[in-house]
Amino acid sequence: MDNRRRKFLKLAGLTAAAGVAVPMLGSRAQAVSGHGAAPAAHGNDGHEAAPTGVRQGLVIDSGKFHDNPGLAEKCQKVCHDYHNVPKFPNSKDEIKWIWTDKFPNVFPDHSHYKKDARLSAMNILALCNHCDNPPCVRACPTGATFKNSDGVVMMDFHRCIGCRFCMAACPYGARSFNWRSPRGSENGKPFIKNYNQEFPSRMRGVVEKCSLCSWRTKQGKDPLCVEEANKGVEGAMVFGDLNDPHSEISQILRQRFTIQRKPSLGTKPSIFYII
Amino acid sequence: MVDKVLKGNGLYWGWLTLLLMIMGAGAIAYLVQFNYGLGATGMSRDVTWGIYISQFTFLVGVAAGGLMLVLPYYLHDYKSFGRITLLGEFMAIAAVIMCLMFIIADLGQPMRAMNVILHPSPNSMLFYDMIVLNGYLFLNVLCGFVVLSSEYRGIKYPNWVKPFIYLSIPWAISIHTVTAFLYCGLPGRHFWLTAVLAPRFLASAFAAGPALLLVIALIMKRTANFDVGQTAKDKLVTIIGYAAIINFFLLGCEVFVGYYSNIPGHMHTLDYLFFGLVDHSTGVMHNNLVPFMRASVAMGILGIIMLFIARRQKSDAMLATSCILIFVAFWIDKGLGLVLGGFVPTPMEHIVEYVPTVVELTVTAGVWSTGFFILTLLYKLVVAVKRDSEANLKVS
Ligand code: SF4
Ligand code: SF4
Repeated sequence: MDNRRRKFLKLAGLTAAAGVAVPMLGSRAQAVSGHGAAPAAHGNDGHEAAPTGVRQGLVIDSGKFHDNPGLAEKCQKVCHDYHNVPKFPNSKDEIKWIWTDKFPNVFPDHSHYKKDARLSAMNILALCNHCDNPPCVRACPTGATFKNSDGVVMMDFHRCIGCRFCMAACPYGARSFNWRSPRGSENGKPFIKNYNQEFPSRMRGVVEKCSLCSWRTKQGKDPLCVEEANKGVEGAMVFGDLNDPHSEISQILRQRFTIQRKPSLGTKPSIFYII
Repeated sequence: MVDKVLKGNGLYWGWLTLLLMIMGAGAIAYLVQFNYGLGATGMSRDVTWGIYISQFTFLVGVAAGGLMLVLPYYLHDYKSFGRITLLGEFMAIAAVIMCLMFIIADLGQPMRAMNVILHPSPNSMLFYDMIVLNGYLFLNVLCGFVVLSSEYRGIKYPNWVKPFIYLSIPWAISIHTVTAFLYCGLPGRHFWLTAVLAPRFLASAFAAGPALLLVIALIMKRTANFDVGQTAKDKLVTIIGYAAIINFFLLGCEVFVGYYSNIPGHMHTLDYLFFGLVDHSTGVMHNNLVPFMRASVAMGILGIIMLFIARRQKSDAMLATSCILIFVAFWIDKGLGLVLGGFVPTPMEHIVEYVPTVVELTVTAGVWSTGFFILTLLYKLVVAVKRDSEANLKVS
């Protein structure tokens, strides 16, 4: 082997090592915060549960929502009202944390053209999936979006620079941007109709999304939407620790057939759906 | 040395004044946006990046394209590029400055831009992009000015700058690769999720960058009586032509993979860009970008053909036209289609189209003018210094 070739190989080896180091950094950071990725042995099971730590999740029983029209809208209302989610006249400025859409839109990978009438008519709740392997967190250049120790993906509104890289990275359209100040008003109509003093509103130029009501769940309460849903129909939504085999949610997941949104992307969503 | 930029004819001052006026308008538009928020642009919840980020992406290419003018001279001692190498370095400086300005213009909280450094996140591609772009700016400022001032003093550039020159060559590749990685590492955006994105970025950059330079060189030949020489021009034609052909080859590969595999996600954006796409929930046809994208392909192919004919016929006018065609074709391809197309359809399979606002376009024009302003001053300097040093050579 001549000298030049050896030099080249050495360089190539170094570059390869550097290339490997980056993903490793990412996975170590996750393991430290107590919710490591699924064991690799499971191959392409992108929806495998994390083995350790707390991982908060939801089961949404879409059938119960279908049988109770208006329930999903009520859930959206409590959430948006409490969290000071503004309403803008122009749809391009829209901000939403939880909303409904049709089956083919929420589950494009599961849809086909011979859907039964019930499925076609369904309005399905969509929100941040609090992915166990969140691409939004990977993309954020400032750590303004991060994964909490309970597996919930959170936002630091004071650190966010508004680059919107996380929005391009989220494969579920779960994130909204404050294109203009939510604290303002137009034609005498404030964008936040009844301002809730208990919860901070955001400033212009930052990204926001559902935080799975971490401020409530810390106190051992269910998220607002879950509480509201269960007022309507018991078990329409179940919240709990996916990693605890004895939790109610784990028991339901063992008994019922559920699906996740776009599991093939390997994001490992923590929101499960009964259809 | 700096006094050279202060001497010029009416055309020179007129051009600078025009640019300054557009820059002023851009600054005012930016203030409007700064006070109102990014809602002053046409971007939305679904199309979250618009013309700013697409200009940024394209201009990273122009900056990287400078490599093709620098490499032959420094690495292969290709003497005929003596007059354009510095132009390539200075074009890179102007392009990177424009890139940084577009990034700042796109931030929702520009005052917090430093957070990228204060809270370094090595898992984010934007972190690396910041490093490579600023590094490239530094390298080109350093190498460009050291080489130029040596020439001004009539000496060869010092040896210590050589490692920086050599470093700037792979660095140019890195800026466009990392910029491609911003896109092609995102799950769920099928149009971007392709391994040929970085190679395609580089191919179009190596065509668009030198094409812009060649046009400017031809303009300078007429206005500043500064000729880069026939050999250099002929060589540039080869570089631009082949890079442009490779770009189209890679585009063809994308089209094949999309349509032959018949996977909807891989076809959607191509459909949207070249034929229009129907939103299944509303039944509405969306085809905003179709005329642009088709024109881009037509202009690109025509440009390549004309480019080689122009070389054979030694026609400067035709050469300039073909370069403009190629530059505009790739500007549409990367500066419009790539970024905007990637957002269609949305993750929930709706189609939302984006139309830039006047504010946004004015800011964009302002940034481009700033780039050309810087470029003009730098080129003025290069031409003056080159003339002096070449005159001195003749005398001695
Ligand atoms: S759904 Fe989107 S925003 Fe939520 S954690 Fe996953 S990638 Fe992030
Ligand atoms: S917009 Fe904010 S949260 Fe999103 S990637 Fe940028 S800095 Fe992070």
